[in-house]
Amino acid sequence: MSIVSVKNLTKKFGSFTAVDSISFEVDKGKIFGFLGANGAGKTTAMKMLIGLLAPTSGQATVAGFDVASEPESIRKRIGYMSQKFSLYEDLTVRENIRFYGGIYGLTDEEIDQASDKIVEELDLQESRKTLVASLPLGWKQKLAFSVASVHNPDIIFLDEPTGGVDPVTRRRFWDRIYQSADQGVTVFVTTHYMDEAEYCDRVSIMVEGRIEALGSPNELKTEYTADTMDDLFVQLVRSQ
Amino acid sequence: MNISINNISHNYGAVSALKSVNLTIPDGSLFGVIGPDGSGKTTLFRILATLIVPSEGEISIGDYDVVEDMRALRNQIGYMPGRFSLYLDLTVEENLQFFASIFGTSLEENRSLIDAVYKQIEPFKKRKAGALSGGMKQKLALSCALIHRPELLILDEPTTGVDAVSRREFWDLLDLIQKEGITTVVSTPYMDEAMRCSEVALLFDGELLANDDPKRLTQTAEINLWAVESDEIFKILQDFRKHDNVNWAFSFGEQIHVAVDKSLEEREASKIFDQYNDQIISAKRIEPGIEDLFIDLTEQEVEV
Repeated sequence: MSIVSVKNLTKKFGSFTAVDSISFEVDKGKIFGFLGANGAGKTTAMKMLIGLLAPTSGQATVAGFDVASEPESIRKRIGYMSQKFSLYEDLTVRENIRFYGGIYGLTDEEIDQASDKIVEELDLQESRKTLVASLPLGWKQKLAFSVASVHNPDIIFLDEPTGGVDPVTRRRFWDRIYQSADQGVTVFVTTHYMDEAEYCDRVSIMVEGRIEALGSPNELKTEYTADTMDDLFVQLVRSQ
Repeated sequence: MNISINNISHNYGAVSALKSVNLTIPDGSLFGVIGPDGSGKTTLFRILATLIVPSEGEISIGDYDVVEDMRALRNQIGYMPGRFSLYLDLTVEENLQFFASIFGTSLEENRSLIDAVYKQIEPFKKRKAGALSGGMKQKLALSCALIHRPELLILDEPTTGVDAVSRREFWDLLDLIQKEGITTVVSTPYMDEAMRCSEVALLFDGELLANDDPKRLTQTAEINLWAVESDEIFKILQDFRKHDNVNWAFSFGEQIHVAVDKSLEEREASKIFDQYNDQIISAKRIEPGIEDLFIDLTEQEVEV
């Protein structure tokens, strides 16, 4: 079953076409890697999918809702973690969870339950009253993920969640992604680490606004006779 | 500029960011500094850039004393901080002119040095820096850091958030800069980039864990490392981590890398994997890469 369904989705800014008629589907409970060079149009496409930006033409549905006409409904069913983690640095761990729970319309009881669960899962018992600003990057990152999924969304969008993160910390973060997918949550993720592209069930590679490749990492490596996703990416981007 | 760092420690209040670090950065090297977030990389870079004076220890850069000759030394340093220090409301050309004028030089004077990188952004010279893509901003920031032909170039995570192709191009530029005889110190979270350095230093929790030619570091690493293929990565990772003889297990692209106890012979080690026969497609002994080495050294520290 598709949880994201995109058909000829296009976004123009004046005469510049940022997203040029892209089409793809994402199945429920899968990890979908949304790859591309800087400036290829990934962020613009993602903003349309989470209902923040209206498409110029084409259609897309996310969790069964139309991005153009039902953006409010979409935002209740999705989680979004931006590059800058969207946590309030001057609030404590618990206050951040409470704040986001409130935004998503959870009851006090639900917020308390979610809060206990997150604190336990992340082993943050001793830090629940700590200001987020003083947490190490790896913890902030995992907390941001948990906060973005506090309302049990059907799909979670992660925009470069591991940028600038060391080899161990980013792998621990991927453990968390696997765990969510295992529980049936769909994960839509962008990354510049090509080894992480291999961890996805399917990937798309955007070049200058268009999707140039779409499939599982193994299918794509066979199709382009590339040894690694890194080789494949360089081949596609350089050929433009 | 030969850099000699002797017993440097630095504290921010009760937090010690660097602990008795000794390091020599040879003249003309392309020197990589790697380590997790909070390991002291940026503090070390700020000390090298003469922006802070270390709490303890001595440092000499070329023939300069970092405290007494600070002003003269600063003219010889190009520093590109993690968040590029560009003026976003100035155009590309204005940013370059501004940095050139600070150092009493002009864009034309050192054009040959920055030509390779500047050519790539020149078509956008009338565009405001705030309107550039991440890769372009990074190239402009590099041009600004090089405009006065420094003898020492300090780059704090210049390729974070930059795509795989732009990263390669950026490192090709660093090779050119090294050929010009400029000593470059660079930090990076990408281990493929660490392999392109003439030397790397691994920092962890303010301490220096390793320092050598990256190829020699990987060749001499003693890790009993296995590459495992499986269709159930998440589940098998959990199982491996519970195993007494497994030191660590992490995904590596389409494989899982598993470090088992060094004392185990190949036959004994392969018995571990036989237990998971129904979940494993293959398991074979491999030589570690720089990323494995990073994980191994930092995981050992976490356990201690």
